[in-house]
Amino acid sequence: MIDPTFVELSRWQFAAVAMYHFIFVPLTLGLIWLLFIMESVYVMTGKEIYLDMSRFWTKLFAINFALGVTTGLTMEFQFGTNWAYYSHYVGDVFGAPLAIEGLMAFFLESTFVGLLLLGRDRMSKQAYLAVVFLTAVGTNLSALWILVANAWMQNPVGAEFSAETMRMEMTDFAAVVFNPVAQVKFIHTVAAGYVTASMFVIGISAWYILKGRDLAFAKRSFAVAAGFGVAAALAVIVLGDESGYELGDVQKVKLAAIEAEWETHAAPAPFTIFGLPDDEHMETDYAIRIPGLMGLIATRSLDKEVRGLDDLVKDHETRIRSGMIAYGKLEALRSGDKSEETRILFEQHKRDLGYGLLLKRYMEDPTKASDAQVIQAARDSIPQVRYLFWSFRIMVGLGFLLLGYFLLSFYFLAKGTLERKRWLLRALVYSIPLPWIAAETGWFVAEFGRQPWAIGEVLPTFLATSALTVTDLIASIAGYLIFYSILLVIEIFLMFRFARQGPSALHTGRYHHEQPAALAQQPAE
Amino acid sequence: MLDYETLRLVWWGLVGTLLIGFAIADGMDMGVGVLLPFLGKSDAERRVIINTVGAHWDGNQVWLITAGGAIFAAWPAVYAAAFSGFYLAMLVVLIALFFRPVGFDYRSKIADPRWRSAWDWGLFVGGLVPALIFGVAFGNILQGVPFHLDSFLKPHYGSTFIWALFGLLNPFALLAGVVSVAMLTVHGAVWLQLRTEDAIAARAKGVISWLAPTLAVLFALGGVWVYLAIDGYRIVSQPPLTSLPNPLAKEVAREAGAWFAIYRNMPIAMLAPAIGLAAPLLTWALSRMNRPGFAYVTSAMTLTGIIGTAGLSMFPFIMPSSTDLTSSLTLWDAASSALTLKVMLGAVVIFLPIVLLYTLWCYRTMWGKVTVADIEARQHQAY
Repeated sequence: MIDPTFVELSRWQFAAVAMYHFIFVPLTLGLIWLLFIMESVYVMTGKEIYLDMSRFWTKLFAINFALGVTTGLTMEFQFGTNWAYYSHYVGDVFGAPLAIEGLMAFFLESTFVGLLLLGRDRMSKQAYLAVVFLTAVGTNLSALWILVANAWMQNPVGAEFSAETMRMEMTDFAAVVFNPVAQVKFIHTVAAGYVTASMFVIGISAWYILKGRDLAFAKRSFAVAAGFGVAAALAVIVLGDESGYELGDVQKVKLAAIEAEWETHAAPAPFTIFGLPDDEHMETDYAIRIPGLMGLIATRSLDKEVRGLDDLVKDHETRIRSGMIAYGKLEALRSGDKSEETRILFEQHKRDLGYGLLLKRYMEDPTKASDAQVIQAARDSIPQVRYLFWSFRIMVGLGFLLLGYFLLSFYFLAKGTLERKRWLLRALVYSIPLPWIAAETGWFVAEFGRQPWAIGEVLPTFLATSALTVTDLIASIAGYLIFYSILLVIEIFLMFRFARQGPSALHTGRYHHEQPAALAQQPAE
Repeated sequence: MLDYETLRLVWWGLVGTLLIGFAIADGMDMGVGVLLPFLGKSDAERRVIINTVGAHWDGNQVWLITAGGAIFAAWPAVYAAAFSGFYLAMLVVLIALFFRPVGFDYRSKIADPRWRSAWDWGLFVGGLVPALIFGVAFGNILQGVPFHLDSFLKPHYGSTFIWALFGLLNPFALLAGVVSVAMLTVHGAVWLQLRTEDAIAARAKGVISWLAPTLAVLFALGGVWVYLAIDGYRIVSQPPLTSLPNPLAKEVAREAGAWFAIYRNMPIAMLAPAIGLAAPLLTWALSRMNRPGFAYVTSAMTLTGIIGTAGLSMFPFIMPSSTDLTSSLTLWDAASSALTLKVMLGAVVIFLPIVLLYTLWCYRTMWGKVTVADIEARQHQAY
């Protein structure tokens, strides 16, 4: 039988190590392009200040990158250690992008990052610029392949279940790679990384400006990040809006859950801007709705309806009943039944096999499910709405807030009055964590919104685990918790230390802390 | 083009290649990590040692990650059974590996000697523990792992939690672990002899002078042990190789001498253990003659010979089961579909040569002896 505590712990561990990994990823994805811009300006103009900028921000990049690598190791093996049945069931499809990611992207970024950090004085300016570029391409390609893999979990195209091998097998590699969910997700995710890095550079530069130190350095850094940030924030918002809602059924459920769309409304559906979703009674209390807006966003039309959760649950009920037949025939096939009839029936119901598996949460043999159990399973086939509703709104709200920051920064910088807008500068410093919150809530929406599936409509999460014990899980969660906390404290300590030092950390003798006046009052810092 | 049977054979070779690549590239960094606290007597000397691999450890580590990804894609059943079966051991490996990226990158950012010494030991642990546990894991796989597959092919284990971890630490597996540590440490020492001078190079040479011959003896001892006391596994019958993979459709026997069958049937396979035995001695001689460049080549051959011996002896098994013989995984029945293997082969054929080219370019760019003077001149840039 399925042990709910064990499944919960497995999920918590995965969520924790994945979200922890994603503290470091977005900054890497974006900061490397900012380094490339600074380095390009240096190569083109020969101005030393851009060299200093590139070198200083590379120091912060390295501190962050080290933990990205560390936590990425866990991710590579996490599927095998904790999701063994998942690995067996979909490795044929899901493993391929991961392996290609290693060959095509990880090697590229990791090999060149060594030269990025330690090889500058061993090559020409142009060659070094190429190294930065290749590292940037490598990091961003890593994101592409992992998102191809992740998109397949949301919308499993290009694959089919095989009763003989008892797993999903790839039928069309191009379909897996060009999964429309992957395309949109890729740009949305890397652009979110660009926003994160822009906010990071802007926030720290704003702090130097507030302190009135290293102004030329700070303002140039600020300018590069503000320009990049405006473009990135626009891209995140546009591509976020584009996020492929109309693709698979899983995405439809996710959309309805995010919007607390309990029932199907006459087209065009209203958009709930605020409310308290109540999962128990499938309704939203104190809802404030804007008529028509939802239909417009989700269908780009005034006449197509957005399916509500009640209708989706009813569809799922039908599919669960069909899945029960598929499951029964699969067992017959596996125990040696070679009759044509069984084969044909299995093929007819095969696409609902995953829905049949949903019943395994309540019983060993899904073919014996009662009506009440089928209805229960259908009810459990949608994610919990209230968490999705709110995390989605936090993410979107932060996205617009960040766009606002970048636009204001850009405007005042262009007008030349930035230094006097101390309220903005202060706000920017304290807002440095916001893009991280947006990114983490975004992942929460994507992955929690996929529940109860590990692979959409194919493999329920509770079946995907390894055959471990609760004790194993407690030991590993404790291990990760302890070591990840220690590492995070060290990382933040170094980050603050070097950010506070600013370009003086380069020991060029040109910056604030190295000036006689600053040296005299050193303890101030 | 390639039929399914050939593809599966090719992938057996490719996973082996990736594991050997991992040992040659990242194993070197692990060996350097193990030697770091002993060969570097001052902070500057330790920085010299670290900077011989400073620009390369991260790229080298990708061999491990790619091997993991390739096993996931090519042998999903093995990826599932091995990593969850060795759960706590894997956790310990991962935690030890955590110390490396941060150790390399953070160590020299702060001058405090306690800070630096802590990271030195972190790098030591990050080299020693994975090397030891990977060897122990191989030692266990050679004896068979207690797992079985249920009718839906989910792997289950004979024992879990702490008992599973202690069960791994049997005498033969520990010997395999020591062989693994020794071969990577020799490899790291050869690298240090090649890339440093004076005192550090001399100390590295000193390590090779006793550890390389010891490695040859330990490897031979392992062979004798398998011959005398460890039962191998043999496929009694299995469905035709053209059929779809099904790990539960074969019959397996466990018997003495089965791990030597391949050497009886295909004498050319003897080349692997012969190299595993001879190459450490050649490494020892070349290091003595102050030819560390050639010694590096023979040391890489050592790794190839030893890992190759383990793989060939078990052929076609990848992970035999000691408790349910039928559940044993072989390169025939643990493999992915023909399409996936083909797509991945395409990716390897295209990308691996490119990877090797730019990796070599990076090594060339950073080439030259790392010296104490060099570190002192670049103390704010170097690791």
